Amino acid sequence: MADFTSDFWGAYIALLTVLSIIGCGVLLWTQATAKVKISTDANGEPGPVETTGHLWDEDLGELNNPLPRWWMWLFVLTIIFGGIYLYLYPGLGTYAGKLGWQSSGQYQKELKIADAEYGPLFEKYLHQDLKAVAADPQAHLIGERLFLTYCAQCHGSDAHGNKGFPNLTDKDWLYGGAPDVIKTTIMYGRNGQMPPMGAVVGTDDEVRNVAHYVLSLSGSTHDPIKAAFGKSKFTACIGCHSAGGIGNQALGAPALNDKIWLYGGSLDTIMETINKGRKNTMPPFKDFLGEAKVQVLAAYVWSLSNEAEIKAAQK
Amino acid sequence: MSDIQPPEIRDHADPVEPQYATIKMYASREDIYPREVTGFFANWRWACVWLTQLVFYGVPWLAWNDRQAVLFDLAARKFYLFGIVLWPQDFIYLTALLIICAYSLFLFTTVAGRLWCGFACPQTVYTEIFMWVERKIEGSRSARIKLSKQNWTLAKVSKKCAKHAIWLGIALWTGISFVGYFTPIKTLMQEILLVTLGPWELFWVLFYALATYGNAGWMREQVCKYMCPYARFQSVMFDQDTLIVTYDQQRGEPRSTKTAKNPVLGSCIDCSICVQVCPTGIDIRDGLQYECIGCAACVDACDTVMDKIGAPKGLIRFSTANAIKNNLSEQQVLKSIFRSRVLIYSAILVVIVSVLAINLLTRVPLKLDVIRDRGSMGRELNEGVIENVYKLQIMNTAEANHIYRIKVSGLDSIRLDSPDQIELPGATTKAIPVRVHVDHDHGKQGSNKIWFQLEAIDNPALQVKEKAVFIIPHN
Repeated sequence: MADFTSDFWGAYIALLTVLSIIGCGVLLWTQATAKVKISTDANGEPGPVETTGHLWDEDLGELNNPLPRWWMWLFVLTIIFGGIYLYLYPGLGTYAGKLGWQSSGQYQKELKIADAEYGPLFEKYLHQDLKAVAADPQAHLIGERLFLTYCAQCHGSDAHGNKGFPNLTDKDWLYGGAPDVIKTTIMYGRNGQMPPMGAVVGTDDEVRNVAHYVLSLSGSTHDPIKAAFGKSKFTACIGCHSAGGIGNQALGAPALNDKIWLYGGSLDTIMETINKGRKNTMPPFKDFLGEAKVQVLAAYVWSLSNEAEIKAAQK
Repeated sequence: MSDIQPPEIRDHADPVEPQYATIKMYASREDIYPREVTGFFANWRWACVWLTQLVFYGVPWLAWNDRQAVLFDLAARKFYLFGIVLWPQDFIYLTALLIICAYSLFLFTTVAGRLWCGFACPQTVYTEIFMWVERKIEGSRSARIKLSKQNWTLAKVSKKCAKHAIWLGIALWTGISFVGYFTPIKTLMQEILLVTLGPWELFWVLFYALATYGNAGWMREQVCKYMCPYARFQSVMFDQDTLIVTYDQQRGEPRSTKTAKNPVLGSCIDCSICVQVCPTGIDIRDGLQYECIGCAACVDACDTVMDKIGAPKGLIRFSTANAIKNNLSEQQVLKSIFRSRVLIYSAILVVIVSVLAINLLTRVPLKLDVIRDRGSMGRELNEGVIENVYKLQIMNTAEANHIYRIKVSGLDSIRLDSPDQIELPGATTKAIPVRVHVDHDHGKQGSNKIWFQLEAIDNPALQVKEKAVFIIPHN
């Protein structure tokens, strides 16, 4: 409850709350009986009390039909309940309540219950080899559900990826496709960075030449003459992408000699990549999901591109 | 109240001191000891008691294919109603049910006042059962009044204890039956016998039992007078042609205990039996009052008395304000039932009931939600094929295992690039990613309407169709 600019407001609310409750009590007490002027008959004898004496619109009276007594005790009970509640739970300004209850505590409690219930299930997989987990049909189902919940937003429901988000179903990996590497990727995330190389490569034409050379590496449509001119400038790229553009998984530098493109394989896109560089992030999931769930996820992701091996293992 | 006068100023010099009285805004309840009543309407009430309670106590014990026929499984979020299993997605049926309940109440109330209150409301029904127990143990009205006035003797204590024990027994059984709609009642009985009842089950059994015991045993007419919201707003559905319990003043007054044969006097012999039988403790001869629940106990009672003194029945009868004012015949009263208000209520009721019935009868126990992947609009594959990805959320709401075939249609050359069959066990849901392919030169750029269709292989009648959008990227 640190939402107030000063302590005054907390006290102000608390005071209002208490005064209102006391006010309800006072009102109940003073209104439990009413003094009514009664009419007398010709001899001065009092007649029956027919109305409460209130008059509206000249002739509209309130009949004297008292509520049952227990109704008043219900009011008293609610006042007592209110007092007990405000003592135990937060409600009086910044006073946190005797029990220290918080809605976030409720959430933590439910989380604990869920962990106690499902924890052992995930724990079981944590101590298994990743390939064994991948071959477990139940783990596969759990993994698929987790994937659809936490990964599908970027990588697609079918894990085929999108522009800027790698396809996880092929054998082409930026950082390596071994099960434990995939687990590392999910646990700690990745930061892929290609610096802008436009200034290093040179003029616009030279960048175009390099782009044609890059296209030639994967046998895509290109201009051989421009590619030949660009080859010498490609030395600036070898540090990461290796000679022949076979990539470097230690750095997460993509292979340029296949037709799989993270951002697209058109000439313009490649030129854009060379000129401006690329920045990309895979977020870490260690703290968010915990290692046990990541274990199941990593096994699932690995299984997407290794179905044959899993089928063999299941037999 | 126009008869409130300021204290009169007398002729002599000093005016009279105005007199004051202190009135209580909260008074303790005056006990009501309703007299036993027999007759046409009392029989109808007992018929309603039997009907409603046979259903309420009996339904949890019915079985349907190895499960309880009617079970509201809140934990699994599934409502079993005989052959139908309702899921949270079927919530609209509850809406329809509530609308039907509301319009039925409007209709009954417009036609014949508080019929529901007097004959079928649980408060009335359980009060009736509890009063029957009370009569069996403590005796008639006069005996009960005498018993409450006398000092605490052993006989009185034993009678009171017996009564409350039986009341609590009935209430407890009511509580168990109630919880039996949410927890399978056989499991519940087992848990009770083995004392392994869960805390919430125990709470609800006791809560419902104590509510029944308190309301039907102690609160009685006070529930209708001070607590019930329906009682308050049913009065606005009354009109001049609504059937209400009426006292025929013209025929009854002036009342006299002397004789009903005297032509100068009215038929009412002031025996006060109509007051004695009234469960809310009012005198119907004062006209229509808000406490009257239309139970017609006074009608039965007065008819019995009229029979005894040889006068025609119907001094207190169901009639309408109009009929009393204008001396209408019974024929005319019956005719006035079919007025526009009643007909409109009936028509709406018929429509909603029919729609609900048709919907329930033609309900397919299979649901499909198509969720487009939001990360990608449409992908262009190398072979000149456009690919869209969807997540199909499939719900098999039947209780049996089914294999479904997935079909996609709406564009030329449209086809699935993922398995076209999926097996789902009964009462499960599954989300599966599906890839849909269309050749490059079909469809228009932007969004194209397509349909997904699911069909059970073993039963072609089990099928659903859902709209979706196929996006072809702009070049």
